[in-house]
Amino acid sequence: MTAAIRAIGLGKRYELGRTLQRDRTLRESVVESVGELMQSIRRGGSRTDDRELWALRDASFEIAEGEAVGLIGANGAGKSTLLKLLSRVTAPTTGRAEIHGRVGSLLEVGTGFHPDLTGRENVFLNGAILGMRGSEIARKFDEIVAFAEVERFLDTPVKRYSSGMYLRLAFAVAAHLEPEVLLVDEVLAVGDAAFQRKCLGKMGDVAASGRTVVFVSHNMDAVMRLCTRALLLEHGRVAESGPSAEVVAGYLARGGTGAPPAQWIDLADAPRRGSAEARFTRVRYAIPGEPGRVPRPGGPVRFDLEVESDVAQTIASVALVLRSQTGVMLLVADIIEWGAPMALAPGRNAVRFDIGSLNLTSGTYGVTLWMSHAIGKPIDEVTAFDLEVLGDGSRGLGASSPSMVHCPFSVSFPNGRDAQPD
Amino acid sequence: MSDTHARWTVIEPAARWPSFALGELWAQRELVYFLTWRDVKVRYKQTLLGVAWAIIQPLATMLVFSLFFGRLAKVPSEGVPYPLFALTALVPWTFFANGLTQAAGSVVLNQNLVTKVYFPRLAIPLATVLAGALDFVLAFVLLLVFLIAYGVAPTADWLGIVPFSLLAFAATLGVGLWLAALNVLYRDVRFAVPFLAQLWLFATPIAYPSSLLGEPWRTVYSLNPMVAVVDGFRWALLGTPAPSGASIVASCTVALLLVVSGALFFRRTEQSFADVV
Repeated sequence: MTAAIRAIGLGKRYELGRTLQRDRTLRESVVESVGELMQSIRRGGSRTDDRELWALRDASFEIAEGEAVGLIGANGAGKSTLLKLLSRVTAPTTGRAEIHGRVGSLLEVGTGFHPDLTGRENVFLNGAILGMRGSEIARKFDEIVAFAEVERFLDTPVKRYSSGMYLRLAFAVAAHLEPEVLLVDEVLAVGDAAFQRKCLGKMGDVAASGRTVVFVSHNMDAVMRLCTRALLLEHGRVAESGPSAEVVAGYLARGGTGAPPAQWIDLADAPRRGSAEARFTRVRYAIPGEPGRVPRPGGPVRFDLEVESDVAQTIASVALVLRSQTGVMLLVADIIEWGAPMALAPGRNAVRFDIGSLNLTSGTYGVTLWMSHAIGKPIDEVTAFDLEVLGDGSRGLGASSPSMVHCPFSVSFPNGRDAQPD
Repeated sequence: MSDTHARWTVIEPAARWPSFALGELWAQRELVYFLTWRDVKVRYKQTLLGVAWAIIQPLATMLVFSLFFGRLAKVPSEGVPYPLFALTALVPWTFFANGLTQAAGSVVLNQNLVTKVYFPRLAIPLATVLAGALDFVLAFVLLLVFLIAYGVAPTADWLGIVPFSLLAFAATLGVGLWLAALNVLYRDVRFAVPFLAQLWLFATPIAYPSSLLGEPWRTVYSLNPMVAVVDGFRWALLGTPAPSGASIVASCTVALLLVVSGALFFRRTEQSFADVV
């Protein structure tokens, strides 16, 4: 099998506080340089290292032609930097990479769209920016417009488009770029569920048609379904590489995009509000009997909370709240439902929530802890951590549900064939 | 991202002395075209007077100059009616000054592109300066109207404005490349550019004739490439004395140096545009 991408020792260094700073003026730069010079004289000539950040270090890997590879890792692990290097938006500090074939990169949907230009004009402009020839765009124009479903608004400036129309048109242009190597960053994180599904479907087609896809995502479910292989980045280094199911499992054992399971999470610095008569100090979650894994849709999960109180008191409501990424409250488990107030002793107290079936689909959810008296303002409300929920991989065609609520169901065909998932 | 299939793209640390990568720029000429077209389309969107601005600017400046320099200060104008004398210079000058200003801000203005997609970065300032060519043509039509109104008959010399327009383009692009790259690194440029354009205006024979200077100063003065451009325009259209050979050589050399050094500096800086902008 021939390699489509070969990287050897790729590295990218940023100088903190210097290059990362926007709107630098000449004066600041002079002041800084003089300051640095003085420092280095004082230290005897050695350059300071503490202001450097290696966003990516020593990344070596090979991606075969026709392979779909997911890049996963926590925020700041270097995924986006690696993608920027491969798409040549920025140059590496060290190392070398070679890409075989025409490269199309999609770091954002709608790059170069101009609000004052019409839909039609933007298709041509955006296509040219993404590397398409004018004749190529003209040939695919009808197809692009049909995919985006914006025929009626072609001659309207895109600033009058709804955000959904805008995204559909932008993605449609990008989707019709036919590169041999496609680099995609998180474009699926935008838009509504139906749009995301359409994007995933199109990317699946691209991968299935034998082209090489490198896909950065926080959506583990999408990575497992689209990608045969995954690279896990940690602190700028390639930590793991292998079949996506294995790499994703390794990543999730560390909590994925959320907090790691089976480890106490300190809440001292978490955002909170309330009267602070009592306080949540730390929290931990795990699947009983399977501590190294994040919860599955419909599966069990246990939360251990620690509450600190200065005095002995009784609290009517202690609750665990799960929210979607957009802040929609999805689940609440509150002791007030049991009518069993919690008696707090001075010092640390423990409370455990056992959720029998966590009816959420694969995704990342925000966990908030809540404590209050029966009536009144919160005593403590903490935005505690992010929780990743992930299934064991999909069966059949693997189309995941665009909903957030997990719904176990069975299906039968009275005329003959039977199927009984779950 | 060219259309040649099955070729290797090599990604390496930035070279100290980069090539101009003109081949790549040529391969992406359609992109330059689309960016130019976008700049032209967008420039006067949501303005009341629209494209009339291309004419208002040189026209208003001409009126002010005619009043203060022509009428009140009685600045000599080589025997040509002062308004015509000033407007002939203001048409290429406005192209230069606007091109310079817009090119200086071009990369920063397009930072959403620079940080998200790869293409030859030179396309940005190049398209910006090219987009100014439309304004130049419109202002030139205004100039033609004035020439006719003053009864100037066309001659074969009029074709002489073609090479001088190219010289103006080279000077604009050269300075624009330097400023565009510098502006990414230091936003001081934003404040310096209007000031620079103003000083440059007085260092160019727009309100006055360059014949006010004697040799050897006149040749030194021609190190400003816009001197030969303005003198050349006046010679071709108004029949004033042609700029000397030394003056043309000086202006062309400087313009060429500006383009080459500007492109080199730009290419050298562009590798870090996405990190700095």
